[in-house]
Amino acid sequence: MVPLNYFLILAAILFCLGVIGFVMKRNLITMFMSIELMLNSVNLTFVAFSRHINVLSGQIFVFFVMVIAAAEAAVGLAIIVAFYRNRESLNVDEVDRMKL
Amino acid sequence: MSEFSSFLLGTTIKCIVVIAVLIGAVAYTTWLERKVVAHLQIRWGPSRVGWHGLLQPIADVLKLLLKEDMTPGQASKFLYVLAPLIAFVPAALSITVIPFGNVAHFGSQTVRFQITDLNVGILFIFAVTSVGVYGVALGGWASNNKYSLMGGLRSSAQMISYELSLGLSVVSVLLVTGTLSLGQIVDLQGGRWFGIIPKWNIFVFPLFISFFTYFVSAIAETNRLPFDLPEAENELVAGFHTEYSSMKFGMFFLTEYINMITVSAIATTLFFGGWHGPTFGPLWLRGILPLFWFVSKIVAFLLFYIWTRGTLPRFRYDQLMAFGWKFLVPLSLANVVLTSLVVAWRA
Amino acid sequence: MTFDQILFYCLAAIAIISALMVITRRNPVHSAMFLITTLFSVAGIYLQLHAEFLAAVQVIVYVGGIMVLFLFVIMLVNLEVVSTERRFNKQWIIALIASAVLLVEFGYVIVRGGKSSLLPPVTGPAQDLTRKNSEQIGLMLYQNYMLPFEIASLLLLVAIIGAVILAKRRLASDK
Repeated sequence: MVPLNYFLILAAILFCLGVIGFVMKRNLITMFMSIELMLNSVNLTFVAFSRHINVLSGQIFVFFVMVIAAAEAAVGLAIIVAFYRNRESLNVDEVDRMKL
Repeated sequence: MSEFSSFLLGTTIKCIVVIAVLIGAVAYTTWLERKVVAHLQIRWGPSRVGWHGLLQPIADVLKLLLKEDMTPGQASKFLYVLAPLIAFVPAALSITVIPFGNVAHFGSQTVRFQITDLNVGILFIFAVTSVGVYGVALGGWASNNKYSLMGGLRSSAQMISYELSLGLSVVSVLLVTGTLSLGQIVDLQGGRWFGIIPKWNIFVFPLFISFFTYFVSAIAETNRLPFDLPEAENELVAGFHTEYSSMKFGMFFLTEYINMITVSAIATTLFFGGWHGPTFGPLWLRGILPLFWFVSKIVAFLLFYIWTRGTLPRFRYDQLMAFGWKFLVPLSLANVVLTSLVVAWRA
Repeated sequence: MTFDQILFYCLAAIAIISALMVITRRNPVHSAMFLITTLFSVAGIYLQLHAEFLAAVQVIVYVGGIMVLFLFVIMLVNLEVVSTERRFNKQWIIALIASAVLLVEFGYVIVRGGKSSLLPPVTGPAQDLTRKNSEQIGLMLYQNYMLPFEIASLLLLVAIIGAVILAKRRLASDK
């Protein structure tokens, strides 16, 4: 049996990698992927705790997080496509004007 | 531990046998396709190698193996090599949860004709087949060729779109049967109504609609005519596998046919009673006959596949998308509602 | 070391290494492929935690849906321009500090949380977690969490419409 802490540590490492990726990368798409990474690590803790206290609610939360991730990906990628059409670039540093 | 090791041994043997049979079946599906399409178009088809061209698949495989294996200079090497594997592995994996025969007894041994019966069997199949799209999309991207890229883009859009109606059409089967395990779904379809009509799901009231939506979107998922836009040869040369040669091309080829067989097997399992059929005779025959029924149902589906290929012209891309989103998805959604109403009425 | 632990270590190692690759690769397509690897190993860990339904949904939704969308967008935008750009921005010091602080915080919490506790045995009498995981989730979703479920569906609808409008806007103004 694997102790609960192992899962939490793994999730913490994944979350930190997500944070590093999000702050450091300049490419919008990879920043987006870092967000997905963070969401996943949170999901992992949810599932681990749900197993730990033997209550299924944690898994339901994960389900909802996945729904939100899907919605976020759809809208976010649409924004990225719109941005790319206007600027011909995916660099975050160029997202500095309020209008097109 | 000995139980575990015997389980391991049994499963390994089953896997090897299934993969070997599958590859042989693919080889002869290509022969069947060429022969049937030829006869549909009043030609002879392969007739030189062996009796009625029966050795043609072997000659084809040898030819593929002996061809030069080329990689385009500008290609992204790693992904270029990986793509056919990504396409092939999920295709072969999804066959593992399909029951292809009843539990049979050979002497003292009890054999279950299914590699494993997962309790989330259908979800497993969806999960695994959804990975297959990467093979096509990455293959198209990594070749660094505009035709390939177009093919890859088209296929990823097409496969995502039709996966929706595929999933939705299976939902109504799940509503009726109430289980995700394919073994149980088949078990529920045993027996007959009034002693004549088999209790197959296709004969349950609204499920023929979901069979229709399932099979149409399955044809689109396997990139077959009339939905073969990812490789439309007279628009895109050969689509995503333009740059592939030798065994890497063979892998894509194999994948397409394995997918056809898998899709037919799932259709058989979900709608046509799986391995159920009349059994008679001695004990060993009773063990073998379900296998025979299962295979003959699959062959019927394959013939249907080939028939559509020989008959229908290709869709235009906007027609394809409009058909998927404006016809199939609403229809399968309405079917889910109808099925749940019927299920609620019966309960 | 038991089989369970070996499995966990393998999956965790794959997850962490490919997560590292996600944030260090220059080419977004490679990043996406490594993210998919991470998602798969997390799905494997879900399986180990007896959440079969979530493992399947993870693969279907994330790998089969979201990541294909990512790949699609990456292919749609011009890659040659993108991949030659500088990879990291000037905030890498801040990033490292932020994540170090986070990691220390997590470590502190986990250490303060006490000795690592074993997960309860699989055959819990109160909540039968292993058998019919998907059935239980379905029941909870449609009974206890009905309202959130409906709100989630509404959210998805809004997202669909929003995505269509956002992606289409330029075309409408061209006409």
